This record gives sequence, C-alpha cells and structure tokens, in this order.
Amino acid sequence: MTLAEPSAAGPLIVGAGERGVLARGLGRSYGDAAQNAGGRIFDMPSLPPSIRLDGDLGEAVVGAGVSLDAVMRACVRHGWFVPVTPGTRHVTIGGAIAADIHGKNHHVDGSFAQHVRAFGLTLADGSHRTVTSDSPVFWATAGGMGLTGVITEAVVQMVPVQTSKMLVTTERAADLDAILSRMEETDASTRYSVAWVDLVAQGRQMGRSVLTLGDHAPLDALSVADGRQPLQFNPREVGGVPAVVPTGLLNSWSIRAFNEMWFRKAPRRRVDEVQSIAAFFHPLDGLRAWNRLYGPRGFLQYQFVLPFGEETRLRRIVERLSAGGAPSFLAILKRFGPASPGYLSFPQPGWTLALDIPANVSGLAGLLDELDRTVLDGGGRIYLAKDSRVAADSLPRMYPRLAEWQAIQQHLDPTARFQSDLSRRLHLTK
Amino acid sequence: MKDALGDVQSVLVLGGGSDIALATLQQLVSRGRLRTVILAGRNPDTMAGARDQLVAKGVTVDVVAFDADATDTHQAVIDDVAARHGDLDLVILAFARLGDQKEFQAHPAQAAAVAHTNFVGAVCVGLIVANRLGLQGHGTLVVLSSVAGERARADNFVYGATKAGLDAFAQGLGDSLVGSGARVLVVRPGFVRTKMTTGLAEAPLTTGPEAVAKATLRGLASGAHTVWSPPALRYVFIGMRHAPRGIWRKLAR
Repeated sequence: MTLAEPSAAGPLIVGAGERGVLARGLGRSYGDAAQNAGGRIFDMPSLPPSIRLDGDLGEAVVGAGVSLDAVMRACVRHGWFVPVTPGTRHVTIGGAIAADIHGKNHHVDGSFAQHVRAFGLTLADGSHRTVTSDSPVFWATAGGMGLTGVITEAVVQMVPVQTSKMLVTTERAADLDAILSRMEETDASTRYSVAWVDLVAQGRQMGRSVLTLGDHAPLDALSVADGRQPLQFNPREVGGVPAVVPTGLLNSWSIRAFNEMWFRKAPRRRVDEVQSIAAFFHPLDGLRAWNRLYGPRGFLQYQFVLPFGEETRLRRIVERLSAGGAPSFLAILKRFGPASPGYLSFPQPGWTLALDIPANVSGLAGLLDELDRTVLDGGGRIYLAKDSRVAADSLPRMYPRLAEWQAIQQHLDPTARFQSDLSRRLHLTK
Repeated sequence: MKDALGDVQSVLVLGGGSDIALATLQQLVSRGRLRTVILAGRNPDTMAGARDQLVAKGVTVDVVAFDADATDTHQAVIDDVAARHGDLDLVILAFARLGDQKEFQAHPAQAAAVAHTNFVGAVCVGLIVANRLGLQGHGTLVVLSSVAGERARADNFVYGATKAGLDAFAQGLGDSLVGSGARVLVVRPGFVRTKMTTGLAEAPLTTGPEAVAKATLRGLASGAHTVWSPPALRYVFIGMRHAPRGIWRKLAR
C-alpha cells in the first residue's frame, strides 16, 4: 500500500489486522525479509523523495524510501559520498538501516548504521519518535529487519570525496591461501577491498581469485578530460535481461566457462586504474534484471561470516562448494572489521563469503545445511537479509543477542503488528 | 513458512492414516525443517503409528478427529487447528476409500457413500482449506488424485469417477487461488502399494508411497501445479487419453 506521507503510517499500523504490516523498500533482499504473506506492506519508495544535504558538514537528512542511487545522484556532485554502499545502489535508506548493511570498506568504516546519527521511527502504537544512536531502540532497529517499527527518515553522515572516480588496484591470486594472505596484508592500508573467488576451480587452483583494492581518487589523479567535471555522477544501464530466459542457461558448464574467462581477463597486477564509482561498486547495476539469467527457478544467495582464526573451516567450505557441484559465478570474499552494536547486525570480525547458486541444483538443501553446521561450529553466522532457508533453531547460536533483541522488540510491539515472512519462517518474534 | 527450497514447518494431513502422507512427512522430517504435524482422521488407531514415528523424530504431533463425510463439521475442525497451530504451510488432502466395484454394483448405496467421502467431503474441506490458505497469503494444498481418474476403467469406475471429479475440482481450485499466494498441487499417482491396495493385482509402473512422496516434494520445491508418480505416467496417459474406447477397454483390463 502506498503512503501519502510518512506520518500517515501511524493509523495504518494501529489498524493492521492479524497478519500485520511491514515496510518494504526496493525488494533487494534475496530472501523473504520484505514480504508479508496475507498482511500489509508499506511501499516506502512511493513516498515523495526527500534529500536535504548540509553541504558544509556532509550531514544528509534522507527519507527512508529514498534509494542510495538517488542519494548519490544528489550528493556526489557536492563532494559527498555515502558512507557505506553494498553491491547495488538500488536499496533504500530504510532498508540499509534495517539490514545494517555493509560494503567493501567494512574493515575500516563498519556498517551503515554506524554512520547514522538518528532516525524517525513510527512505532506499533502509532506514535512517532526520533531515535538516536545512544538508544537500545536504535540498535534493535539497525539490523532489526523492519520488526521494531517503520523508519521514516534518517540523518546520515556522508563522507567527503574530491572526485566521483576511484583509484583501483587489481591483482590475481593463484589459490585460496594466496588470496587470504594477500587480503590480510593489504587490509590495513586499503579502504575498499573485496575479492571475487572462482568457486568452480578445483585442485591446485581452488580458491583462485581476483582482488580489487580501491579508494576515492584525489583530484590530481584524474586525466585532463575527467578533471573538467571531477564530481560528475550519472551512471547508466548498458542493457537488460529479457523476461523469458531458457531454463538452465546458467549451469555448471556455462559458469565454468565464465569463471575461466573472468579470471584470465583480470590483470596479474594493475595499479591505480581510474574507474567510475558505478564500475567499482555496482557492476551488476549496469545490467537491468540480471537475476533473470537464472531462469524461472531462480537462484539462492548464501552469505556467512566465520571469525578470524577459522580459516580451516573457510577452506573446508570452499572445498565443499568447488567439489560439490553447486556452481557459482558470483562469489565474493571480504574481511569484516569490528561488529556494530546492532543486536542482530550481521558483520563480526572475520571472513565473509557471499555466493549465488542456481536454485535447481539437486541436493542443495542438504549441502547448505552442511555448510550451516560448519559455520555454526566455527562461531559464525549467516546474513538474514540474504537468507531464505536457514533452520530456525540455528538462529540463537548464530545471533547470541537474539533473546535481548526479542525482549526489546516485544516491548516495542507487544501485539505483533510488525510481521514478515522472514519473522514467521525463523520465529524471530515471540 | 515454506522456505526457498520448498521445505515446510507445519503440515495438516486430512486422512492422517494415509501411507502416502506418512511417507511424505518422513521425507520432510529428514530435511530438518518440519516442526508441527496435525493428523486428522476418523480413526485414531490408524494414525497412532505415524504419530509415534514422528514424535520419535522430535516433531510435535497433534491428532484430531475429522470425519470427511460429516461436512457440516469441517469448518470447525479447520478453524480449531488454525487457532491452535497458526499458519499451515502444507495441507495434504489424503483421505479416500477404494471400495469394491462388484459390491458397488450389488449395493449402489455403498457407491454413493464412497462418492460422498472421496468427492463431496473433499470439495467441502478443500474449499475451507483454500479460504484459510488465502487468508494466510501462503501455503500449499496437496490433493492426492489418481490416474484412475484420467480414464474410467470397467473394474473400478466408481472410484475412478470420484477421482476424476476431485482432480477437476482441485485444478479449478488451484486456478482460483492464483494471485493469493496460496497454491494447489495435484498429485496423480499410478498404482501404489499401500494399505488401500493390499491384495489387488499390481498394474504396470507400480510404485511405493516413497515414490509419490518424492514427486510431491519435487512439486513443492518447483512450484508445479501437477505432478505424476512415476513421472512417466504423464506421457503414458497422453497416449491413453486418446486411445479408442475398444482399445482402452482391452488395455485397461
């Protein structure tokens, strides 16, 4: 349902029936986090967009339904960039807080909510309040998957940039050991860092990767042509995937071929290449509806984090995936820094691996359950914003502060007005 | 709530003594998401075995009285189950009586009774379950049809006719739910070795309840509206459906 203005949410929340209500952003969570079967949905992006930037302090007051894409288009030209961006610009501010998202700079800058000073929250009783980062309600809402209230707007501290370009170093790593040690070495000196891992390669090539390291380009790094409009930001799509795609286009053969090409196309080492923000952070945004490549059965996303020191388990998972016939062409490895105070925030210090798998791979449920056990035994967890199949009883072990969160959530919403398919499937709320 | 790979947490079985339903539940248990099973049926004794097996695997089992013939009680049964157990991710409509064709011809009232159970009872509770799933906005009603309904045979056409009616009903019900989030999965098994068919001569492509369960789970994961068990029967019946009557009579003997 669409809202005329954020303040209209109150009466609609109070009037929600037994199936409850949930705010939804741009629907980029891979699982069921933004679905509410049989209940109401607030379509937050339908609200009039509002972005107010203080050009001196870099403080942006942004409506919850506004996308990071819109924020970047409004702010980059004034020399301010979002503090954290995921692999797509098409997420909303509200969603970024509700999932407490992370980006390539997590090891340095933390998660999104750590850059939010305050937000407006409409509560289960219809009242509205401003919540600041010194409040437990703030950290129950950051990572709280929309189950504490409807975020209406947020005050975000942007980061200054001289240009809209990135300086990027790209290098290949021959195997898993090589990429792990290289990421460990480069982390401290690099702001943005991520590796693409070939999860199809086996044997001596297992875990071969392409590492990209980057930072915002200073003005003097730009060519004369780019230097004329150093803060220009106007990314476009190069095309889209048609609505009908044959089943099985992405299979173990085509993915193997793609991965081989992708690895070989990367330079052994290339230093300080100038790239656009879009090319560095959001390559898939250039291809509209890329998810259709997976055909009608679609795909699953699986993302976990394992603490530092659990490299043996990480290796076991990579081995299992590369040997187990669960082909993936998008596997992303990254190092997390310290956790945020969010009760259900995903990042914790360690290695995080995110991958796409076609949903029609046979035996996938058993394989992922096996990986879950390895993650659990290593003290890790899986990411709720991407999950669509974890077992509910694993959750208290993955998220040791779940009970604390549930106490706050229960206090804020005693009659279960906020519900989602995720909360039903995982029994998140009591 | 069903997950992305088709696994469910709560299941209501109408006809809780069904071998095919039990085989389906066992396969669901082994996938590690099943929490609650409600076995509904007329005779608690026929469900005790299933209950004990599931409880031993850590599933919460509730056995409730349900008489498919007593259509005026159906709404209360479903309301009560939903009130006590919340969302139903999967409902398996598994009750049916086979009867004896020779008996039917000698005592037509018995045929009417079987038609009442297999068709009238299923229509009533099927509609009630569909309403409930529609309110939930999710959930699948699995209807156990039969290839006996694809084309009537002289030696079991009363049973076959009830299944033909049930199958048509289930297809229409499924179409009526499109857009609601709820779904109907029609399962068309061939000859299955179960309590119901004990003592009967086996047909070609005979399977066990496990095969039907496997096909059902595959349908749940893929979002299919119809599955056949074994799958080859689908293609067999493409031919059979169009065979001239005289040939069909000989084939089906």
